[in-house]
Amino acid sequence: MELPKIEQRHKDLLEKLCNAAGVSGHEDEVRKIVLAELKGKHLNVRTDALGSVIATPKQRDASKPLVMLDAHMDEVGFMLVSDDGDGLYSFELVGGIDPRSLPGKQVLVGNDKVPGVIGAKPIHLTTADERAGKLSVESLKIDVGTKGKNIQPGDRAVFATKLMYVEDNIFAKAIDDRIGVAILLQMMELEFPNIQLAYSFSVQEEIGLRGAKVAAQSIDPDFAIAIDATPAYDHPSPDGSIENSYYNTKIGLGPAIYTYDGSTLNDPRLVTLFKRVGEEEKITYQLRQPGGGGTNGGSIHRANGGVPTISISVPHRYTHTAILLSKLTDWESSVRLLAAGLSKMSYELTKQPRP
Amino acid sequence: MQYIKTLLKKLMDAPGLSGFETPVADLIRHEWEDTCDEVTVSKVGSLHGLKKGAQPVGHKARSVLIAAHMDAIGMMVTELHGSFLRFTDVGGIDPRILPGTPVTVHCSGHGEVIQRPGVIASPHPRAMAPTNGSIPMNELLVDLGMVEAELKSQVQIGDLISFNTHPMEHGSDVISGHSADNRASVTALSTFLRNNKNRQFGWDVLAVATSQEETNFAGAYTSSRSASPDLAIVIDVTFAKGPGSNDWKTYASGKGITLGLGPNIHTGFMRKVKSIAEEIEIPISVEPMPKHSGTDAYAVQVANAGIPTIVIGIPLKYMHTPVEMVNITDIKRTAKLLEGICSELDDKFLKKIAWDHEENDGTAED
Repeated sequence: MELPKIEQRHKDLLEKLCNAAGVSGHEDEVRKIVLAELKGKHLNVRTDALGSVIATPKQRDASKPLVMLDAHMDEVGFMLVSDDGDGLYSFELVGGIDPRSLPGKQVLVGNDKVPGVIGAKPIHLTTADERAGKLSVESLKIDVGTKGKNIQPGDRAVFATKLMYVEDNIFAKAIDDRIGVAILLQMMELEFPNIQLAYSFSVQEEIGLRGAKVAAQSIDPDFAIAIDATPAYDHPSPDGSIENSYYNTKIGLGPAIYTYDGSTLNDPRLVTLFKRVGEEEKITYQLRQPGGGGTNGGSIHRANGGVPTISISVPHRYTHTAILLSKLTDWESSVRLLAAGLSKMSYELTKQPRP
Repeated sequence: MQYIKTLLKKLMDAPGLSGFETPVADLIRHEWEDTCDEVTVSKVGSLHGLKKGAQPVGHKARSVLIAAHMDAIGMMVTELHGSFLRFTDVGGIDPRILPGTPVTVHCSGHGEVIQRPGVIASPHPRAMAPTNGSIPMNELLVDLGMVEAELKSQVQIGDLISFNTHPMEHGSDVISGHSADNRASVTALSTFLRNNKNRQFGWDVLAVATSQEETNFAGAYTSSRSASPDLAIVIDVTFAKGPGSNDWKTYASGKGITLGLGPNIHTGFMRKVKSIAEEIEIPISVEPMPKHSGTDAYAVQVANAGIPTIVIGIPLKYMHTPVEMVNITDIKRTAKLLEGICSELDDKFLKKIAWDHEENDGTAED
């Protein structure tokens, strides 16, 4: 098959997806975009009890394996928890955010996207000791500048960052995992005569892989691939004294194939297959360093009687902050690797002996 | 109000770091050319807008200098470190606000300056010695998404780094963003000039957008010496109440402006301005400035034989962060107070504000 490319329409779609708000448990705006993209596709489409969008073949053909592709719609963000007056709101973190990345950031609050900021005490009023310490979430407030209309505790807030393409760089919030959502939607444009595809645009990944768990239980696939965005910690150490041997992935080196992470031993037969097609098709790919962290694969591979599962992720720097950095080249290599691998999948894989 | 908002947002969006004010100076010049009789630039980059007064025949020509610094805080490249940059601050920045901030690097590697967007990054904990605290500025990185060779050809030590976020509007009166310190004051001064475009005051009014306040006050020192005004008014932002800042140094945003009181300030002039403010119903708080005022007044006051100087403060939340927040109403009040002061400038004004003013109420013969 001819391997896909990232075209302008895919870039436009990723921009729309990254700029949309979708904090775990309130993925509505992203879901709307996904449902609009699914219109007219020859698939059964439904929104499940948790809010995930599930798209399955109109008619199941048992002669072909059913492969589930998963990407999560939700992103890390904030929930307002109390109205402190004068437009100030206390908030809680939803998902793993380092509070040190919060002061001085712009946010959008609620469904009306009311502009707000997370401020910090002026440097002039701080002591050197204070500046050497951390700011706690409790000391930070979301400030909408004026008594908030239509804002109340329970509303979500997201970083206000707007996506920027700069040469082969993508600067945006929520690349984790809107890039996966964009990849799933691009896979729908392709024909795979050897398999049938089911798609799960999952909710609540960032707070415990919950959407994908029920999605996998209801789809009951033969194989699953979790498409996510994975951190690249490829930074130098401050004085060169510490070798950064734990970088997880590096940007620019292509999609990261998972072997072992915090919750999943990825199916070795799938790992072998994707490595092989990468070599054959000369697609740049990397192996994610085994270690903690994980993807929706963690809940999918233990669904029902078990699902042979692999995670393939696009690397990005500055995970779970206001602005992430990813590479167009890594995105394109990811869709190519995925398409190449999917076109080689069959029931035969399951008959191969496990190592 | 719309004029104020539009101008403020435009000025906030323009780079103009301390010592490199030209981009913002050009925008201000465009405004002032329409409202002043003469616009010039000083040897250290301050912008001067002269509005000629109706000087009475036979009296010495009097002038008031109104200064608002136009420079902004930012950063500067100190080292190329692999495919990343290291930097220091220009003006005081708390390193805790920096990780995750979008920036523009003004790359000079190819001669002409090219602006490249990037982001301030905090290295992953595994790449650093363990810390329970904040990451010091010298360990933070700027990432332009370039490989080492490309970075080396584009960026040089000393290249500027400015914040790359755009102003936000909050409701009808509040604007936030970087560089509201001190573009809010420049906006107040420009609004005053615009509102009084067709009016001649008794004295010359010299509007000055000073350079280099955030670093060394060079603009304020030099413009006040060369202009040698009879009086000086310095407009700067002051601390607004907000999370973590509620003590005597802070003032509620949107509820009025401040008049400084302290050694950098001429007591008689300040008292007179306070009574003018009361007369035209502008809410004023007296702001104690026990030592260095932290404003251009520190430099202006000691120019030549000494200049009676006051400081007007516009409350600003989250000073020296990328999300400084200001209320437009306070900017409007500042413009109105400037108009109130300039309306009173006549040949008796200096006597009215003289030391021991109670014995000398200005009625004496010249």
